[in-house]
Amino acid sequence: MIKPDRAISQNGENLLMNTAETPFEFFTVSYLTRIGNQSAGTLAELLAGLENCSDASIFHHTYQTLGSHHFLTEGFSNDFAQWVLADANRNDLAEQLAALDIRDYVSIAALRHDLCRVVGEFCVTFPNFAAQTALERFYFCESVEVTAPLGRSARTLDEFRDGIAHLSHAGFYFHFISSRLRLQLQTNDFSHWLADGLGLKTLAESVDHIDIYTNTLDSTRVKLLRLIDRERRKA
Amino acid sequence: MSDTLALTRIPLDDYAELLGAGEIEELRALAKPLRGRSMEMINSTAVGGGVAEILNRLVPLAEELDLDMKWNVMTGGEDFFEVTKSFHNALHGAPYHANSKDFEVFLAYNERNRATMPLDSEFVVIHDPQPAALIDARRPGINHWVWRCHIDLSHPNRAVWDFLEKFVSRYDGAMFSSPEFSRQLPIPQYLFYPAIDPLSEKNQELEPEFIAQTLARYQIDPQRPILTQISRFDRLKDPVGVIRAYRIVKRYFDCQLVLAGGSASDDPEGAVVLKEVLREADNDPDIRVIELPAWAPLEVNALQRASTIVIQKSLREGFGLTVSEALWKKKPVVASAVGGIPIQIIHKHTGLLAHSVEGTAYQIRFLLSHPEIAAKLGEHGHQHVKESFLITQKLKRYLTLFLTLARSS
Repeated sequence: MIKPDRAISQNGENLLMNTAETPFEFFTVSYLTRIGNQSAGTLAELLAGLENCSDASIFHHTYQTLGSHHFLTEGFSNDFAQWVLADANRNDLAEQLAALDIRDYVSIAALRHDLCRVVGEFCVTFPNFAAQTALERFYFCESVEVTAPLGRSARTLDEFRDGIAHLSHAGFYFHFISSRLRLQLQTNDFSHWLADGLGLKTLAESVDHIDIYTNTLDSTRVKLLRLIDRERRKA
Repeated sequence: MSDTLALTRIPLDDYAELLGAGEIEELRALAKPLRGRSMEMINSTAVGGGVAEILNRLVPLAEELDLDMKWNVMTGGEDFFEVTKSFHNALHGAPYHANSKDFEVFLAYNERNRATMPLDSEFVVIHDPQPAALIDARRPGINHWVWRCHIDLSHPNRAVWDFLEKFVSRYDGAMFSSPEFSRQLPIPQYLFYPAIDPLSEKNQELEPEFIAQTLARYQIDPQRPILTQISRFDRLKDPVGVIRAYRIVKRYFDCQLVLAGGSASDDPEGAVVLKEVLREADNDPDIRVIELPAWAPLEVNALQRASTIVIQKSLREGFGLTVSEALWKKKPVVASAVGGIPIQIIHKHTGLLAHSVEGTAYQIRFLLSHPEIAAKLGEHGHQHVKESFLITQKLKRYLTLFLTLARSS
């Protein structure tokens, strides 16, 4: 799979100037937001909505919202937590919902299960709060995804770096955040290719450890490029 | 009978400097599969109003992507526009007594336009209720029709909505500015935000000298905090409530208030509200009530950029794009949680929401006391607009819609 242009090996890893057999193809993504037919005015209704809404709706309010609100690095995690905080005025529940980390999930079903568990337990413990009317209603929406190839690919680390440096926010989000569901692995497209395509497992792990909740897409990209540059300097 | 508009070219690469080359490359990638496929926007006016303002910029940008997008304006007599204005108000919930003659006039003009417009593009986007009945021209299986509604339909007049729904439900989809504005329909409904153009006169960067001159012209002191609400003199914008909030703030901060809006001279109701505002202002030397000309984008831009805090204390609102205009300029905004405003103001992240005069005053005082938080809200607000409410994002949304419709067939 890996064709080393230069046979450099360190700690069992192939380093720079390897050429991957399978190139990394850069894509971008765009989402339409489809308005669902469910809404919630109380925490109990939020729970009912979480149980019954589509997978595309859970995706929209967790994964996709993280991409479109990437610039908020303090206290914004997903739409459910934000609504519970700002409209239902339940800081304690909001904190629990915000703490759910999409990187821990490889399926929407598992994420939905935990969202329902957190809200359900709160509603059982505090039935009075569960029935309180929120300031504004929560509207369940869905993401409709369209992807497009950017016509750019990479076989070497240099080409890969160049491609990442020129990606739009949506393209970066597609490969770094939403890819976890597509791959059904607890990793992202970049790390997956660095490990499988170039054999750079340590770099792949470091890239996957960049915190997407406390970084913007721009600062994540800067950190990723720095990691790649460090790897290039090893050569 | 209809008019196809020729528009001024807007180089797409001009946006790359503001947004990054990657964003423009992305637009080109999404547009690629749509090249050679025709698309058509249809509304009822070429000038005035938010829809025309957006299409004026959107269509040339689509052309920059080598897309075949046309903008056609339906025509109608005074009787038609009187009817559609009353429909518009009724759909917003204003009292309206259903009159069969109104419906006949509406249908007759749609029929006449249908006879003269080609309506044969692969993607046809109909804007607002006026041309909604053009759907009768649709040839099943040939092209895709979608309806873009810029109106808040949350509490429509039953008779008018029942009449329109028969047409709307035959489209392939409908787009609304907020989930709150949508209806239960048998067709897919999508969220489509209005948008601002960062390169338009209203939003482009300005020379500091021009801003200073504008302040001097209106006798506004640049050395003291400036609170500003830009909106027409309309009770639903609650200018009197803004003055009351300012008076509370004034007890603690030596600030000024600017209320600027379009001239009330040709709007009888606006003139009444303006009088109420002046009465409430009571010759306070730190309140500036400014009647702007109907089209004064540079003055609006300058006043927004000079502001310490921008207010939008509406009682009811459509989308409230003045909020996005202020956020784009990195201004901290205090606004009411009505209409599309909470989509733009994520409370405590991209601005502060309020629900009363006292709440508005409190949030303003908080921001005046904590300029570092105000600056951060403004910065986040700018990013929020960049991600969701710019004309380039709107174009991207349309491309995504067309690709989705094409995929569904």
